[in-house]
Amino acid sequence: MALTGVLRPGHAQVRVLDLEESVRFYRDVLGLVETGRDAQGRVYFKCWDERDHNSYVIREADRAGIDFFGFRVLDQATLDRLDADLKAYGLATERIPAGEMLGTGERVRFTLPSGHVIELYADKHKVGNGIPLVNPAPWSKARDHGIAPVRLDHALLYGPNVAEVHKIFTEVLGFYLVERVLTPDGQGNAAIWLSCGQKVHDIAFAEYPEPGKLHHCSFLMESWDQVLRAGDIMSMNQVAVDIGPTRHGVTRGCTIYAWDPSGNRFETFFGGHLPYPDYETLTWTFDNFGQGLDYPQRKLHETFLTVVS
Amino acid sequence: MTHTVSIEDSGVRYACAPQESLLSGLHRLGLRGIPVGCRGGGCGVCKVEITGGEFSTRAMSRDHVSDDDLAQRRLLACRVYPSSDLSVKVIGKLQKKVCTPAADR
Repeated sequence: MALTGVLRPGHAQVRVLDLEESVRFYRDVLGLVETGRDAQGRVYFKCWDERDHNSYVIREADRAGIDFFGFRVLDQATLDRLDADLKAYGLATERIPAGEMLGTGERVRFTLPSGHVIELYADKHKVGNGIPLVNPAPWSKARDHGIAPVRLDHALLYGPNVAEVHKIFTEVLGFYLVERVLTPDGQGNAAIWLSCGQKVHDIAFAEYPEPGKLHHCSFLMESWDQVLRAGDIMSMNQVAVDIGPTRHGVTRGCTIYAWDPSGNRFETFFGGHLPYPDYETLTWTFDNFGQGLDYPQRKLHETFLTVVS
Repeated sequence: MTHTVSIEDSGVRYACAPQESLLSGLHRLGLRGIPVGCRGGGCGVCKVEITGGEFSTRAMSRDHVSDDDLAQRRLLACRVYPSSDLSVKVIGKLQKKVCTPAADR
């Protein structure tokens, strides 16, 4: 098997200011599938085409932002090996027991020098996507409820020490650098886009003085038409839209950035090129960041650099 | 029935309905004066001090509004709803912090 190690983004846990308002937003406007609630009051969601129990979890808190972002790894042996590798690299890890999150196996948790908490896990209950495994239909009616993305695709996180984070993902976790934006002096990376497979990115980081900030969690759409439909649904529901619909220069992905009712940005994303690990990294100079963000408009939108949760 | 919101120092005055946040009332009219961010109480860029008038609020992120801020009526304009004419002073701003070391801010 070619794809081993870290397989894909598996879950994000995000803080919201009003739980029921947020449940209505994520279930009925974004169109995620609610899969459970736990004793801590957390509400679990998945996208309609995802097969695992959950990919997006919200909890009520007095501040917005992200608690942690998790990746699925191949199997238990991989989880144990990566735990040992992280420790050998010098990072403290802890084990969260199976079942602490609904339907989710044991998790290995560590904190990046950017202040973000990252988790790895090898097991999550397969609830399926509502389509049989034998003679499957191409979609189910869940695809038509709300914006209805197909999966949690990636996250962009803002925090300090991006160079250190880059090393951890590439030297320990097996990711490779797909694209980057240079700092204004050209001596370092202002932002990095990292992949663990053949997606254009599975996680991205930008250099920012405050630790642990969420820029956005991204949800995958099936077409540009579906991104435009998402924009219509956002306006029908008075969702606060940030940027788009447009196309990024970085990744070539089509996008809308918007905010949930607590000011956590999310993205409806489609497309992007398909890199391989042997491809050379694509580089953007800081003075071309505007094209990287919004290729048609060539505009470095102010909120992209300033508004995080 | 709407209330009149006055932004001190800028001379901007606009009508805002009680069920509409100070920020959305301003933004909808295409006016400027208070920085616009997430519009959900999460990012803190639209922070204002309410210098006069009555209002109600919804939950806003305590990363940006401390107990002292609450006592001094320093709040996020996207989560403040007027129940009388109001005057406000703008505190928040869009600070470009990407690639900016904490010491330089």
